[in-house]
Amino acid sequence: MNHWIVAPIILPALVAPFIIMVLRYHLDLQRIFSVAGTVGLLGIALTLLAQASGGEVMIYELGNWQAPFGIVLVLDRLSAMMVLITALLALPVVLYAIGSGWDTRGRHFHALFQFQLMGVIGAFLTGDAFNLFVFFEVLLIASYGLMTHGGGAERLKAGVQYVVYNLLGSTLFLFALGTLYAVTGTLNMADLAVRVAEIPAEDTALLRVGAVLLLLVFAIKAAVLPLHFWLPASYANAPLPVAALFAIMTKVGAYAILRMYTLVFGPEVANTAGLASDWLPIAAMATLAIGALGILGSRQIGRLVAFGAIASMGTLLISISLFTPQATSAALYYIVHSTFATALLFLVADLVMERQGREISAVKPMPQTGLIAALFFIGAIAMAGMPPLSGFIGKLLVMDAARSSTDYAFIWAVILISSFVTIVGFARAGTVIFWKSHDAAYNPEPDPDNDDEIMKEPAPEPYPIVAFASIFLLGIGLAALTLFSGPMMEYAQQTAEQLYNPAEYINAVFKGGQE
Amino acid sequence: MELLLATAVGVLTAAGIFLILRRRTFPVILGLSLLTYAVNVFLFATGRLAVNAPAVLNKYEDVAYTDPLPQALVLTAIVISFGMTAVIVMIALSAYLSSDDDRIDMTAQDDAGDDA
Repeated sequence: MNHWIVAPIILPALVAPFIIMVLRYHLDLQRIFSVAGTVGLLGIALTLLAQASGGEVMIYELGNWQAPFGIVLVLDRLSAMMVLITALLALPVVLYAIGSGWDTRGRHFHALFQFQLMGVIGAFLTGDAFNLFVFFEVLLIASYGLMTHGGGAERLKAGVQYVVYNLLGSTLFLFALGTLYAVTGTLNMADLAVRVAEIPAEDTALLRVGAVLLLLVFAIKAAVLPLHFWLPASYANAPLPVAALFAIMTKVGAYAILRMYTLVFGPEVANTAGLASDWLPIAAMATLAIGALGILGSRQIGRLVAFGAIASMGTLLISISLFTPQATSAALYYIVHSTFATALLFLVADLVMERQGREISAVKPMPQTGLIAALFFIGAIAMAGMPPLSGFIGKLLVMDAARSSTDYAFIWAVILISSFVTIVGFARAGTVIFWKSHDAAYNPEPDPDNDDEIMKEPAPEPYPIVAFASIFLLGIGLAALTLFSGPMMEYAQQTAEQLYNPAEYINAVFKGGQE
Repeated sequence: MELLLATAVGVLTAAGIFLILRRRTFPVILGLSLLTYAVNVFLFATGRLAVNAPAVLNKYEDVAYTDPLPQALVLTAIVISFGMTAVIVMIALSAYLSSDDDRIDMTAQDDAGDDA
């Protein structure tokens, strides 16, 4: 048994209560411990990746209870990669929250942040469907606190919507798990995989209902059309550094779809064949289209990036829904890219919003406008999928993988047209925010009262270097993803092979205890 | 008994969904609670219904027993839904107090983004 596997869950689970109970009134110490915890998490994630990249599936039996009776944590290439992405994303976000002072605008930011990490990482590592539900709840309850961090009437209202939507999702999750348990008598994923394949074909009605309910739950998390309505208002009204962290939350949904529909309801399982692969591509394409249109139509910078997140989830899910090893490896590359690009844009959007308000409008140029514009430009071309950044490579891989599909012409058309719309949308927003603002400043409106007001307002303090450094970290991440796309794709291909060979996973879970 | 239980789950779910579609937060929260009751009863029934049977195996004699796992799952689900309901009541209360309005949708003014 490999004890490292439980470490990335234990570490934030210990840091968070320590911050609440001991460091409650010491913001500086909270910051130090939060950053130290995140750095430690990164170290653990790297260790896990090194162990998993050998190709062996490793398990950790909680309380030494043997599967399928106890809960197991499973480390394979996919979960190691997702844990590493989470840790890599968390570090810049926590640095930004400190640098921009967001963590002073309400209480318990760092504790909630650590709990959120615990939930996300737990969801990636668990090998038990009910435990997945529990970790979903852990990450959700932390996200409710983070989402309403700082307060304010609109944020709280958006928070209520977000919580209601997710509570409905949780209820649906329980219905799905109950149905699956009633049919199979187990909730361990490996055991489910064995039993689902064994059920006689005429008794699968309830099983198929359960599988589709489960898909709906994950589609809510992944913001797939028509279940995406919660995302724009929630992300745009959340503190934007938190929204940057939430970039990983939609990926949790995508991960769960990928895991469940390769391991349990895999493409070879006749009992549930076609449940996901029939309509998920269409929903994913619609998601991409609505995301691109939303980018074009957004009048607020927060919503602009939120729709960008939806569009990138669309591209990602197109790739996942093809369910071939090649498409899955493209999806894995795109997951990494989309997480960092979305987070980067949310952080840049926060810089802009703090200076200019949340409307995309020409007000007056902000301090450091050149730097912020450059960062926005990097984020926008990454998100839109233009060369030279990783978004281009990612989309290329997805389109290449789509050639195996029968209606690849349609998929290509949707991806290419929506990329174009995305470019136009980001160009429009960038032009208004960064260029028109100069025009407005140098050709002030004739109204003299208005002029005076502009002059009297004190210039906002420039942000400390930490805030920018964290955005640069994300930018470097994207650049590294582009430069090292060869090794990254190699890893993704090996991961996809492992995913489409579920016997390895199942064997590891069942014989893990004897070793 | 199956019919009774299925009816109960169905009625609870229907009432919950009806209430969730209301426009004020209070009925929505009530609807969510009803839905969680429905799902708890449903989870309980997934281990098959048995009357007067203990949830443990008896090693001395061969008597009927009921599946203990759904009961454990229901306990977890009850605790989680209880906590979540408390959270949403608090958030909805503070949203109501800060905007003097417990409508659940964002009004046009919210979207326009007046920081007043």
